[in-house]
Amino acid sequence: MADTKTPQETITLTIDGQEVTVPKGTTLLQAAEVMGNRVPHYCYHPGLSAPAQCRLCLVEVEGAPKLQPSCVTAAQDGQVVHTESQKATAMRQGVLEFYLANHPLDCPICDQSGECKLQDYVHAEGRKHGRSREPKRVFGRDDFGGDVLFYGDRCVMCTRCVRFMNEKAQDPRLTVVERGNRSVIDTFFEEGLAGSPYAGNVVDICPVGALVSKDFLHKARAWDLDHTPSICPNCSQGCNIDLHVRDNRIQRLKPRANHEVNEFWMCDYGRHRYEWMNREDRLEIPTYKSGGEVRPADWGTVLKELSERLEDARPVQAVASPFASTEDLGALRRLVDALGGGDVVFRSPRAAEEIPLPGFEKLARRRDLAPNVRGAEIQGMERVGDDDGKGGLDDLSGHTGTLIVLGDELTDLGEDFGAQSSLFIYLGAHPTAGAHQADFHLPMTTFAEQEGTFINVEGRVQRFWPGVEATGAARPAWMILGALLNRIEGTEIPSVAADAFVATAGTTPELQGLSYADLGSRGAVINEPVALPGS
Amino acid sequence: MAYPYTHEKEVRVLSRGWGDPTTRTLEGWKALGGYEALAKALKMERTQVIEEVKSSGLRGRGGAGFPTGVKWSFMPKEKKGPHYLCCNADESEPGTFKDRELLRWTPHQVIEGCLIGAYAIQADHVYIYCRGEFFETTQILARAVEEAYEAGYIGKDILGSGHSIDVTVFAGAGAYICGEETALMNSLEGRRGLPRIKPPFPAAVGAFGQPTTINNVETLCAVPHIITNGGEWYRQWGTEKSSGTKLFCVSGHVRRPGNYELPLGFPMDELIYDVCGGFQDGRSLKAVIPGGSSVPILSAQECESCTLDYEGVVEAGSMLGCASVIIMDDTTNIVKQVRRMVDFYAHESCGQCTPCREGTQWLSRILVRIENGRGTEEDLDTLLELGEQMTGTTICVLSDSAAAPVASSIEKFRDDYLALIRRGEKVGAA
Repeated sequence: MADTKTPQETITLTIDGQEVTVPKGTTLLQAAEVMGNRVPHYCYHPGLSAPAQCRLCLVEVEGAPKLQPSCVTAAQDGQVVHTESQKATAMRQGVLEFYLANHPLDCPICDQSGECKLQDYVHAEGRKHGRSREPKRVFGRDDFGGDVLFYGDRCVMCTRCVRFMNEKAQDPRLTVVERGNRSVIDTFFEEGLAGSPYAGNVVDICPVGALVSKDFLHKARAWDLDHTPSICPNCSQGCNIDLHVRDNRIQRLKPRANHEVNEFWMCDYGRHRYEWMNREDRLEIPTYKSGGEVRPADWGTVLKELSERLEDARPVQAVASPFASTEDLGALRRLVDALGGGDVVFRSPRAAEEIPLPGFEKLARRRDLAPNVRGAEIQGMERVGDDDGKGGLDDLSGHTGTLIVLGDELTDLGEDFGAQSSLFIYLGAHPTAGAHQADFHLPMTTFAEQEGTFINVEGRVQRFWPGVEATGAARPAWMILGALLNRIEGTEIPSVAADAFVATAGTTPELQGLSYADLGSRGAVINEPVALPGS
Repeated sequence: MAYPYTHEKEVRVLSRGWGDPTTRTLEGWKALGGYEALAKALKMERTQVIEEVKSSGLRGRGGAGFPTGVKWSFMPKEKKGPHYLCCNADESEPGTFKDRELLRWTPHQVIEGCLIGAYAIQADHVYIYCRGEFFETTQILARAVEEAYEAGYIGKDILGSGHSIDVTVFAGAGAYICGEETALMNSLEGRRGLPRIKPPFPAAVGAFGQPTTINNVETLCAVPHIITNGGEWYRQWGTEKSSGTKLFCVSGHVRRPGNYELPLGFPMDELIYDVCGGFQDGRSLKAVIPGGSSVPILSAQECESCTLDYEGVVEAGSMLGCASVIIMDDTTNIVKQVRRMVDFYAHESCGQCTPCREGTQWLSRILVRIENGRGTEEDLDTLLELGEQMTGTTICVLSDSAAAPVASSIEKFRDDYLALIRRGEKVGAA
């Protein structure tokens, strides 16, 4: 779409009897989309160049002798366009029939089934019965390396994958070989896509089941998956994603368009790290130690016990996690402050270098391999430890006051960690040896189970939504800590994430002026953003 | 005897010198008045050159028949970067073999035409894009280019005029589609030979992103003669709208197939029965494809009063194309001929556009089935509908070209199809 920052000349044209005003330079396809009329297309992708070769988006333009490819034809003032005229639909029906001439129609075993553009278009506008009685051309299956599997027979030759590798990854590893009906997508030599950090996107942009993910192969049918908008938790870029969930388990991550953050893409590193969200060894019930005995209890009992014991156990030191939401971290900061203040540290794994996507400069797999380092930093939390997200807690192991750990799994620590502290509170999702000494185990939800925000490397606050149901009695940390603060200070218990955000924004200068509603689905930038290349 | 076959009705302007190996050399060509036109053109204003060509009525000989002078005038008047002239020598249309002869007998004629054209459109560089299979031809041409460089006809400061033009001979890799002008430019740039979307047109954004004109070999060969003798002189042949002479590539069931240079507007009857000597005893005319495999087929009846000029052939129901006249007698199995042509297009489709990629192969498979006696009458309807779906829906016209002979043959020779369908019999002597 045309640049919206500068005021632009606009033009008005008529599409399917309806007038629409668009910036000059808009294509017919985009103009139709503005009116909510999606012209069928394969080769056109908003993030890539348009070769106008699929011939599916041809529309009738009054005065033009032939049907025009709407993806490359610039809209003209006063033009009259028909996308649904007899001529245009007859042509689409014809082109769709050509697509099926050699298509194997193996929908029952195809992963794309249910989200396949060929299925959709043929179902909507195709002929009832194909006329081809000829034997079909067969290419078979090819391992493209990495996570990508290629089913040549399903391919519609839109070349989106080739153009993605050329234009966005700028690592031309795919090409069309042969010509005419024998043309097929192929890799160079044996290397294929293996090792290309953004290659997984070719699976997303494939409009049919030609390029599929090995990881997702035959795992779930598309129509059984629930899609929940979320933020990739695997680095501080904050790529917008959808969680695809079946049976309360994350089945895959898919990028969600956000032109400010990740355009249409995400890296393979992030894409393939979701199994931890499905871990079954979870803290499920809040427990506390009493007389050397671990007692499970309901939240009311545990929090009452905890608030009583908090009264005489100072000073406070805390360990937070950059995997926790902004609201969780804000609540922790408020709790620590309410208890007289104290140091809060966090540990974050860091990669040696960034992995940028050359064709979209704003996007890179960032060095910080956690989603909310910025969120921790604006709460005045201090980074400790090494690049593996380990170490740095030696000072704390001898701490004799109150020790609060939120989210950090303490994987590098033994069962004696925190033995010296008079009160050790552990808020986490999973049991861990490092929390063995904890007096309170408070089960919290993962980001996938709760609503909240992360703040990415640029300083963009972005919302995510719960995609799976929480296990047992686990609650978001902001809710647990909010209830605790209620007992200590009498502040209101936030009942929804929005309230928790407001509470956090109220005590965080960087977030002041931002409302939860402002964030929308695109996010909003905090008061001290970091300029990224390409912005 | 001169060049394989000649005929007294021929007007040998471009084909003058064919059959005589000395015309290949610079000396031989100069003996025929070679490079005089270049010298004359370089002394003229560019616009005068274009006007002269416009006044001659010369039309593009590659098939489309677009007026050459008008095409040249589309080039930007003000030069902002390099301009290019591409000479399209990727002659691959089935039935066409005129450019090959021009290149191998009179390479200097081609070069001279290119240089005058380049001068007219302010091109710095001429690329002669030769068909990949033209091994011998390309060598002869390359040798001639070397000679011309040495003699100062190409290169810096040509003939002391202050104008510099370079010429590069480029060999294709053997793809019919690279004769399509935008695919030719892609191929020239080292890309896959895929036709580009127009607009932008080559005169605005062509080879290497610069203004470019693409002309056929035969078109450029006519230019030196027009410059030497004037546009009016060229108009002495042909008709009002189709002026000049044209090389007719005649193939098929005639006694003397070959290249004949005849004035446009020449009667088809005369070409077949007089110039080419008619058919073998006892055979008669069944069909003619007048302009290379891409044009509709004509029945014997339609050929009767057909004259061979751009308008005359359209009137008869086909197109002159590049004047490659394929003549078929009554032993011909039309279905088989059409199937062979469609096979060619299926093989040569670049595979970009869906209707062409899938359609050409589908047509071919149906035709094979009909040819083998396993077709049905519904297949004919399918063929016609597929043809319609393939016409006007693609980036270039290869798809239209594949569909044209199928549709026209079903219309005009339905009985041939039906005979195969109904009885599984072969038609003609096959």
